[in-house]
Amino acid sequence: MSNATRPVHTAPTFAQSVWLVSNREITARLRSKSFLIATGILLLISVASVVVGSLLSQNTTLTKVAVVGTAISVVEQTEAFDIVESDTVKEAEALVRDGSVDAAVVPSGSADSLLGITVIALDSAPIDVLGTLSVSPDLKILEPASQNGFLAYLVAIGFGIIFLMSATTFGATIAQSVVEEKQTRIVEILMSTISVRALLAGKVLGNSLMAFGQIVAIGLLVSVGLAVTGQRVLLADVGPAIIWFAVFFAFGFVLLASLYAATASMVSRQEDVGSATSPVLFLVMIPYFLVVFFNDNPLVLAIMSYVPFSAPVGMPVRIFLGDAEWWEPVLSLVVLALSTIVVILIGSRIYSNALLRMGARVSLREALHK
Amino acid sequence: MLDIRGVTKSYGIREVLTDVSFTVGDGRMTGFVGANGAGKTTTMRIILGVLSPDTGTVFIDGVPVTASDRRRFGYMPEERGLYPKMKVAEQLVYLARLHGLTPASARRNTADLLERLGLTERAGDTVESLSLGNQQRAQIAAALVHDPEFLVLDEPFSGLDPLAVEVVMSVLAGYAAQGAPVLFSSHQLDIVERLCDDLVIIADGEIRANGSREALREQHSSPRFEIRTQGDTGWVRSQPGITVIDFDGDFAVFEAETDAASQAVLQHAITLGAVHSFSQQRPTLATIFKEVIA
Repeated sequence: MSNATRPVHTAPTFAQSVWLVSNREITARLRSKSFLIATGILLLISVASVVVGSLLSQNTTLTKVAVVGTAISVVEQTEAFDIVESDTVKEAEALVRDGSVDAAVVPSGSADSLLGITVIALDSAPIDVLGTLSVSPDLKILEPASQNGFLAYLVAIGFGIIFLMSATTFGATIAQSVVEEKQTRIVEILMSTISVRALLAGKVLGNSLMAFGQIVAIGLLVSVGLAVTGQRVLLADVGPAIIWFAVFFAFGFVLLASLYAATASMVSRQEDVGSATSPVLFLVMIPYFLVVFFNDNPLVLAIMSYVPFSAPVGMPVRIFLGDAEWWEPVLSLVVLALSTIVVILIGSRIYSNALLRMGARVSLREALHK
Repeated sequence: MLDIRGVTKSYGIREVLTDVSFTVGDGRMTGFVGANGAGKTTTMRIILGVLSPDTGTVFIDGVPVTASDRRRFGYMPEERGLYPKMKVAEQLVYLARLHGLTPASARRNTADLLERLGLTERAGDTVESLSLGNQQRAQIAAALVHDPEFLVLDEPFSGLDPLAVEVVMSVLAGYAAQGAPVLFSSHQLDIVERLCDDLVIIADGEIRANGSREALREQHSSPRFEIRTQGDTGWVRSQPGITVIDFDGDFAVFEAETDAASQAVLQHAITLGAVHSFSQQRPTLATIFKEVIA
């Protein structure tokens, strides 16, 4: 056609193409009801876990004990009990029997009693009462743990679950979107318009932005939740780990997303996506199970924190535990970023070789060669 | 002008295209005809850069095609497909923008095309909710929405109802009339026959015939003539150098040994009375096709 009559349109740059593709991915996700519902549930669970945690910590009411006579001086010192004064031992025993107190503390009958008190309980030794009233030897801990063990466990599992959920949800989304384009054959129009790399990059970028947005939203909600429910001390402890988690997640997810896209491009039907991407799913699950079973094993955590697939979970946990030197997350991030680049290169090769092969599943060897 | 020169392509040891060369002239509707598996789709994919050839080059006006030139092509792949869950208009705007149009001109082109293809009421529907015929129209819109300078259409008429075939034919003819080279393949030889200016016939990955439709017909026409007159045509049998093939009162089909012999028949017929028609029998495309690929 003559140039005078046609609108001048310049070819978009690589970056513009990537942006257009990623915008479409994001819009498609935001319009999908299942995605919105899943995100809502994930956010709700995060908020709920903070709120429930705060309620549980406030609900530690003092143990009720009945106290008779001079025993009150010993019990009052501890400041650990809700005291009900009784006039007689009989009366105290009655309170124990009807369950209105957990135990009774009465002056000891025998003269050689060390503490001069006797604890009366209904059917078993009241561990907490005994523990508080016992006399302990002096204690010296050589290497005190910086975090309490149970909290560390919760934080580790929390990072593990969020990583697992986000990576699998968005990984599956990418895989489906790749196969959708292949199955509907629109991929041929796309390939004749923009480069395959721009297409892959746009898909990975769009979905990574969504996944990252979700992580940031969860991080913010949890932080705000901790602050509002008065758990500021915990926030100060977990905060840096959450920030590192977000940074590691950004790189780690791009790596996984490229793998999901590449493996999905080898099949032509949605039914085959699951089996094609299952190797990637294992790579996502491994850090989760490692963190569940080995979160108290420094060696496993140290290795995890450098292996690219598990670093997004491993390194933040170590940072939270205070095990990591300042340079360790930086080094691990470099390792992760480099492996992400390598995976993107291999992934885009598989992707562009497999994209036009319809029908039977393309073998990995075929996809890498040619 | 689109120029395909010396294109060869193999999958493993199987050579699917052997030294394929042809041109698609400006403003020429060029029909691309061949049996299934002859290499039409592979050739078109190579023109669009979706596949790369082992050897050979595609030129635009004598200059090798670059990746950014490919945005000037309108392409309709044989395997149809659009995003099923995306709205028709949005999808077209998206494709136009991928080709480099500004948002405003992408929207304007989309509205124009939907109007021309009779899809305006469906603009806000998702593709999966359209009828098959409308999906096909949307597909054609997808190939045209960015004002392409060249059209490469793989089986644009397959699956279209007769009404849609007419619409699409007129849209394509409109593009050619504005000077765009249009290459289209089709199994429906009657449509190709009506529509194309030039013809490229491919078989087993080799170009077997290539040229203007009329020249090809000339090449493959037999020395066979038809005559229809007012009176009886029995006398034709006794003409020198003439063999009558078919005869029915005022109508005769005959073969002439020379052009002069056939003209002599016409001249004699005029002396006998009115001549309603006299013509050389032209081979149909189907006949040429069978001859060429045999």
